[in-house]
Amino acid sequence: MRFFTRTRTGRVVLQLALPVFLLWLWWVTSENSTSYAYPPLSDVLEQLREDWMFDQVPTDLVPSLARFSAGYAIAVVAGIAGGLVLGLMPRVQRAAQPVTEFLRAIPPPLLLPFVIVTLGIGNGAKVAVIALGSVWVILLNAVDGVRSVDPVLLDTAASFQLSRRRTIWRVVLPAASPQIAVGMRTGLAVGLIMMIISEMQGSTNGLGYQVLAAQRSFDTASMFAGIIVIGLVGLLVNLGFVLAEKRIMRWYRGARGLLDENEAARPTARRRAAERRTANAAATRDTPSRVAPVHSHLRPTRIRHQEA
Amino acid sequence: MKGLAERIGLPLLGLAVALAVFEIAPRIGILPSSSFPPPSEIFAALVDLVGTTEFRAALWATTWTWAVAMTITTVLAVPLGMFIGSSTAATLASRITIDFLRPVPSVALIPLLVLMYGTQPRLAIILAVFGALWPLLFQAMYAIRDVDPVARDTATAFGLGPFARLRRVVLPSCTPFITTGMRLSASVALILIVTGEYIVGVDGLGKEVFIAQSGGAYADMYAYIVTAGILGVLINVAMGGAERRLLFWHASQRTRGLVTEAAL
Repeated sequence: MRFFTRTRTGRVVLQLALPVFLLWLWWVTSENSTSYAYPPLSDVLEQLREDWMFDQVPTDLVPSLARFSAGYAIAVVAGIAGGLVLGLMPRVQRAAQPVTEFLRAIPPPLLLPFVIVTLGIGNGAKVAVIALGSVWVILLNAVDGVRSVDPVLLDTAASFQLSRRRTIWRVVLPAASPQIAVGMRTGLAVGLIMMIISEMQGSTNGLGYQVLAAQRSFDTASMFAGIIVIGLVGLLVNLGFVLAEKRIMRWYRGARGLLDENEAARPTARRRAAERRTANAAATRDTPSRVAPVHSHLRPTRIRHQEA
Repeated sequence: MKGLAERIGLPLLGLAVALAVFEIAPRIGILPSSSFPPPSEIFAALVDLVGTTEFRAALWATTWTWAVAMTITTVLAVPLGMFIGSSTAATLASRITIDFLRPVPSVALIPLLVLMYGTQPRLAIILAVFGALWPLLFQAMYAIRDVDPVARDTATAFGLGPFARLRRVVLPSCTPFITTGMRLSASVALILIVTGEYIVGVDGLGKEVFIAQSGGAYADMYAYIVTAGILGVLINVAMGGAERRLLFWHASQRTRGLVTEAAL
């Protein structure tokens, strides 16, 4: 047991054992299967190559991903903007609360009939469905994040005479960003669900349409291949999000002491650029260093003396 | 008095404004009244529907399917998560499989499940369990790692057996994580059950929405959507209430109690 948990090779073997075993099990149990619901894995892989390398990529995969990106982008922008407005205006937030809470409680798939009835089944309508489905969780998390900004930060910004706009960009948004990221991650999952099911109702292309059409024509190998592609899309989209979040939120983990040793030892691109500028300035010596010290944006530009 | 007006008055005002906008807009033609029936019509349709057997059957079917799915999810995810979380070997062995399966949108399984189960409730239940399993599984894994080793050793030193340790130390320490996980899973499960009903035609509110939509009975359609929303709110409230009752002793709930008392 110790070999598997303590040595490097052992850990690799242990991590790979279950997935390899499951794939092997799938292969062996389906090999001579004649059930139409359970085609041999070799047929599925053959179909996967045939369908998705690359015949259906432009016809089904690209439209799906384009609609998803557009809808999710709208949800993120609207969710964060709305979260800022509601989070910074407690009275408005309180007034809007019953409506936002109720809209959030409606299971997102039921926004689909609403959009079909009002906007139809075109590309715009599908984008709207994805945006409407994922916006609420982003919005509510952004509101929470904005409302829980440390008051000391806000007071500091106020006493340094930061403009409202600067306070929002430099203080409120960074402080709320961990919570916003949580909402965006949940919104991502909802958005993917909405992408698939919006293509299962009145659609002529897309991943959801393709798997359902394959099932209706009893082409189960093609259906399984489509399911695998959807799974890979989900996996890659999530992976991309996690990597982007890791990069963008690095300052936060650094501030909280959550970086692992490798990461902490590696300078960020921003730090490297700053060091390069320092070196250049030192080399030329004729101009004072233009390297901004950390938090230079908090330097008071104008100090108004209070009346005694 | 001012606090009371703000806490109760403002939400009511917001609700009233929203209802008024959607009442007036279709009537004066800003929104097409065919696809945006005013709230009063939706409410009237809802009142008519509540008396019908179809409505009650649909509401009951959705609630029942949800309850079954949540029970299965809990029974699977909590012990499995605690087992995986308590052993390094199990964590390593399951990591890749879990990381691969979790982001798969469970709605991708719909065509396969239709082939296997048609429109039986089982389809919606499997869909829901596949999606709702992950939040709870992860919470259970974190929960078991968070058990205070000192508390566990103290219990051992006081001669508590493994079962008593589980009951007195491990479970109380895990409960806050698990209730959070259940709250997350509960809403995921409802989403997927309604999806199974609306897309595939499993009995329940989603199916009624689809029938009303296809028949052009939009007031009924919205009435069913509103009902699903109310069910969603009720499930949130019930899960939150259960959490407070179970965790009355826990710091998060104690502070919440103090805050509300102070606010009153």
